[in-house]
Amino acid sequence: MRKSYSILAIGAILAIVLTACGTAAPAPAPETVTKVETVVVEVTSSAPVVVAPTGYGVTLKAVMERGNLICGVNSQVPGFGYVDANGNFAGIDVDYCRALAAAIFGDPTKVEFRPVTAAERFTALQSGEIDILSRNTTWSLVRDTELGGNFVHTTFYDGQGMMVPKDSGIATLQDLEGGTVCVQTGTTTELNLADVMASLGVTYTPAVFEDADATFAAYAEGRCDAVTTDKSGLVSRRSVLPDPANHVILDVTMSKEPLGPMVRHGDDQWFDIAQWTVFALFSGEEFGITSANVDDMRASATAPEVRRMLGLEGDLGLKLGLTNDFAYNVIKMVGNYEEVYNRNLGPDTPTYIPRGYNSLYTDGGLLYSPPFR
Amino acid sequence: MATIEPALPPVTERSNILRWARKNLFGSWYDSLLTILGAWFMYWALSSLARWVITTAEWEVVAVNMRLFMIGQYPLEQAWRLWLWLGFLVFLVGNSLAIWGKGSRYSVALLLFPAVLAFAFPFGDEPRKWLLILAVTGLIGWGIGRARPEVLKRSVIAGWVISLPVIILLTRGLSASETGFAPFVKTNLWGGLLLTFLLTVVGIMFSFPIGVLLALGRRSVLPIVRWFSVAYIELVRGVPLISILFMAQLMLPLFLPEGWTVDRVVRAMVGITLFSAAYLAENVRGGLQAIPKGQFEAAEALGLSGAQTMIFIILPQALRLVIPILVGQFIALFKDTSLVAIVGLFDLVGIAQTVLAQPEFLGLQREVYAFISLIFWVLSYGMSYLSQQLEVRLGVGIR
Amino acid sequence: MQLERKRETAIPFWRDERILKILGQIVFALLVLIVGALIYQNMQAGLAKQGISLSYSFLNGVSGFDLAESAFPYDRNSTYWQAFLAGLLNTLSVGVAGIVFSTILGVILGVARLSTNFIVNRLATFYLELIRNLSLLVFLIFWYLGVFLKLPRVKDAVVWPGDIILTNRGVGIPWGIPTASFPTFRLILLGGLIVAIIVFFALRAYSKRTGRAPLTLLWSLLAFAFVAVAGWFLLPVKPLTLDLTFVKGLNLSGGKILSPEFLALTSGLVLYTAAFIGEVVRAGIQSVSKGQVEASRALGLNSFQTLRLIVFPQALRVIIPPLTSQYLNLVKNSSLAIAVGYPDVFYVSNTILNQTGRAVEMISLVMLTYLMFSLLTSVLMNWYNQRIKLVER
Repeated sequence: MRKSYSILAIGAILAIVLTACGTAAPAPAPETVTKVETVVVEVTSSAPVVVAPTGYGVTLKAVMERGNLICGVNSQVPGFGYVDANGNFAGIDVDYCRALAAAIFGDPTKVEFRPVTAAERFTALQSGEIDILSRNTTWSLVRDTELGGNFVHTTFYDGQGMMVPKDSGIATLQDLEGGTVCVQTGTTTELNLADVMASLGVTYTPAVFEDADATFAAYAEGRCDAVTTDKSGLVSRRSVLPDPANHVILDVTMSKEPLGPMVRHGDDQWFDIAQWTVFALFSGEEFGITSANVDDMRASATAPEVRRMLGLEGDLGLKLGLTNDFAYNVIKMVGNYEEVYNRNLGPDTPTYIPRGYNSLYTDGGLLYSPPFR
Repeated sequence: MATIEPALPPVTERSNILRWARKNLFGSWYDSLLTILGAWFMYWALSSLARWVITTAEWEVVAVNMRLFMIGQYPLEQAWRLWLWLGFLVFLVGNSLAIWGKGSRYSVALLLFPAVLAFAFPFGDEPRKWLLILAVTGLIGWGIGRARPEVLKRSVIAGWVISLPVIILLTRGLSASETGFAPFVKTNLWGGLLLTFLLTVVGIMFSFPIGVLLALGRRSVLPIVRWFSVAYIELVRGVPLISILFMAQLMLPLFLPEGWTVDRVVRAMVGITLFSAAYLAENVRGGLQAIPKGQFEAAEALGLSGAQTMIFIILPQALRLVIPILVGQFIALFKDTSLVAIVGLFDLVGIAQTVLAQPEFLGLQREVYAFISLIFWVLSYGMSYLSQQLEVRLGVGIR
Repeated sequence: MQLERKRETAIPFWRDERILKILGQIVFALLVLIVGALIYQNMQAGLAKQGISLSYSFLNGVSGFDLAESAFPYDRNSTYWQAFLAGLLNTLSVGVAGIVFSTILGVILGVARLSTNFIVNRLATFYLELIRNLSLLVFLIFWYLGVFLKLPRVKDAVVWPGDIILTNRGVGIPWGIPTASFPTFRLILLGGLIVAIIVFFALRAYSKRTGRAPLTLLWSLLAFAFVAVAGWFLLPVKPLTLDLTFVKGLNLSGGKILSPEFLALTSGLVLYTAAFIGEVVRAGIQSVSKGQVEASRALGLNSFQTLRLIVFPQALRVIIPPLTSQYLNLVKNSSLAIAVGYPDVFYVSNTILNQTGRAVEMISLVMLTYLMFSLLTSVLMNWYNQRIKLVER
């Protein structure tokens, strides 16, 4: 009795499996192919559909129709893009995505964060899987051309640095002769390291890792004499090493690393929206507009540029294809550049990085927004 | 040769511990040496492990991030949906154990497992409550199944058949939008053990039929079908899973027409399914080859068509023969799902890497990996144990 | 599957099974072709839109990155091809080391599982159950982060007997450096090999002629060893000098230095695969029925002869096919090197992919490489299976 039922069960499953087979009389195998295809399509139909990623205005239209923004981010760099214990994304790159969502929808939560690896980030952008890539990506010529993207603007000026243990006695790159350097693969960092060391004539061994965690874990264990990445990364990572005071960042800058969001080639409107969201953040700080006082400013602003920016005068937002108060929404809901910076990299965070180049031009930095006019 | 097992000694000799020890532990001088070395090694390994677990290890990282390990970023306010299908599954398990488990006392222990979990691991209050409810649900299912085994058989089988759609539907949401009752939860929020589980279940469910079809195709008399099946099986079996996952993640978007995108999780599922199907096909083929020719001839003599012969005569026998191997393959699939972490998905291993990036918990690799190893171990060991029980019940290898 | 029924009466072609079969196959082939063509077309269109065309010529470009380990001199001015080749050689070295050691450990485990010693038997069983239910990826990461990176730092290096230096930069073992007479010695070794082959075939012919079973392999090995040892002592200058590892500056120097990545990958793969090989060996030994052993003892063969002439050849027939698939698995699993940072062929290709964005080219190249491995193995296996196949009446 029992036996017959178990066979029945197997038979039932088989019957379901083979119904398709039974209808196609001679050859059961054709169904193999179609079966697979069906699976894909079925599940996709319910997932958001991204419209072809070319042409003026397509991206904004697709994003509006979908009802949210899909933003490719990092999930492993504290201060820039990571997942906190509540499962929420946090970091300066993540906040930029929120700002963009606020500019488009007036709602910073209408963004879907898609963690992408260093390897797949450009493919993800090219194939339209993400609308914008905001994942501490260095602006370079090849990426601007061959990889089919446009860098929006630098949101963080960085430079590649080298961190060593304090007691190692290493003070310059030349001291690393014969040593080992930990580095993450698939990055410009890896190439810069090879370039700089070759030009200095220093022989070294790279220890190359797939992600930032593994790289710094290996360094913390003493696998390498030094670790190299962007200085911001070094600072934020040093703060969370087992003994932060024992590590020094060498006073050399191995390369320029302007980090910023990236969009696909072919949609200039989308590029403009992304760019002016960055400028809204900059200008907010320049004009002293914060999320706390933006409502007061809106009520009482007299300076014409502030009024234009907050959408009280003119129709700057409409020209971008957005609402007139897009900059107001950005600052109200996410804050200005200073607020975003301090939230993620400020003195009160474990990942404190002095602002340096990332100050307003009025303070000797490089942040400079074109006029809202 | 070590293979030769002596006949059982008389009862009087067996009952003596000292004699047993002399026979099995100190048979000769090298036997004694091996015993002492082995015992010392066991002591050393166990004591250092215990010392590490109890004193050195900082388990706070697991306690704080339990939610991430279990369900990833799945919204907490929607977690009841997961508990719901888990309850459904546990109920079915309880039913099935009562109906097919011969009322074994182990089944009650198995059903109390969620309750044990609730107190053995640092869950919050909410999950604890749910885990206890699960245990109760399982016991209720068991009780009902025991009361009415014959009546329930069909509905339990039906329940198992619809369980996968139910799981997927509840996990992703009943409504299409992100508002309203049981809203849509995007797959990029699925993570942790939840994602590992779903990848495994979907992989098994879809690779099985494809594998059977490929096995039949490989044994087909139609040359084109056979060549295709052989080419597919050998091609897939010749490359590592990780390369197929990379292909699914990086190249699939390029293969599809413009404007089509496939969800990342679905891509991983497709990759795992296509990979596993090739291996299953070979296993099933092994079973098909073991069916004697007489079975085909007898079926033909009865006037069954080719398809009928396959479905009613050959496949049930062949599949029954290879159940242990199939389960082994499923366990391998379960363990292999961890590779999706390399392509950036937040399965159990992926979420472990993310947790290790939290500023508070850097450098706790051993604790985190030990914890997820434990999860992998318990689940795959459980699967293989259950399959052994199933073999006994189905009488595989016994005529 | 089904017998063809031949009938004299004419059947309309849409019900003629033979024609239907052919038609079905044509439809199936067309379907496969159409899907393939669609995929290809989509890919071409997608690539064209990005201004990329499918080509492997970029592999001749300068790579610009350094590799941690390479069997031949490699630096940032080398080409992508050379990087790929270096990765391939690294995969092979992991594969060879892994196969050798996992076989040794696997045989030990297999025999231990059959041991009558209670503790040995249970330890082996426990080991098997432990390993078989773990995820290899997690296992490898654990070996890397939890074991090899926890070794002492270079300045506190531990020296084991035999001049083995243990540090978390790598493990240094003594190694030989060729001297001036090494080329001559190589020739002598070649001579030894030829002698060994001659001995092998001579003994085989002798065995065929007389029906005796001399220890063919052992004698040929001995012949080779004799020539090698004689050459070593006859040469005026020793062909190799011993080179010890020592700490120099920031790193280890001299001897042979095995990186923690290599060690973690190899030891992880060995420990994992050995558990499966142990089962294969056990099943093989158990497959030889007790009667065979008893019969051979009855014929007056001693236990060594029984093992060599009766049990071993029969067990091997069962062991070899699953053993080969375990070897193949090991090589394929070595692609998980990416998780511990060892530059194998998959990892290097991934780096090239990242730096150039050539996903299609690199993934297809990697898949082709692994496919070559498995096809080669299948061909060898089939040949071997044909050779040892049981010849029945």
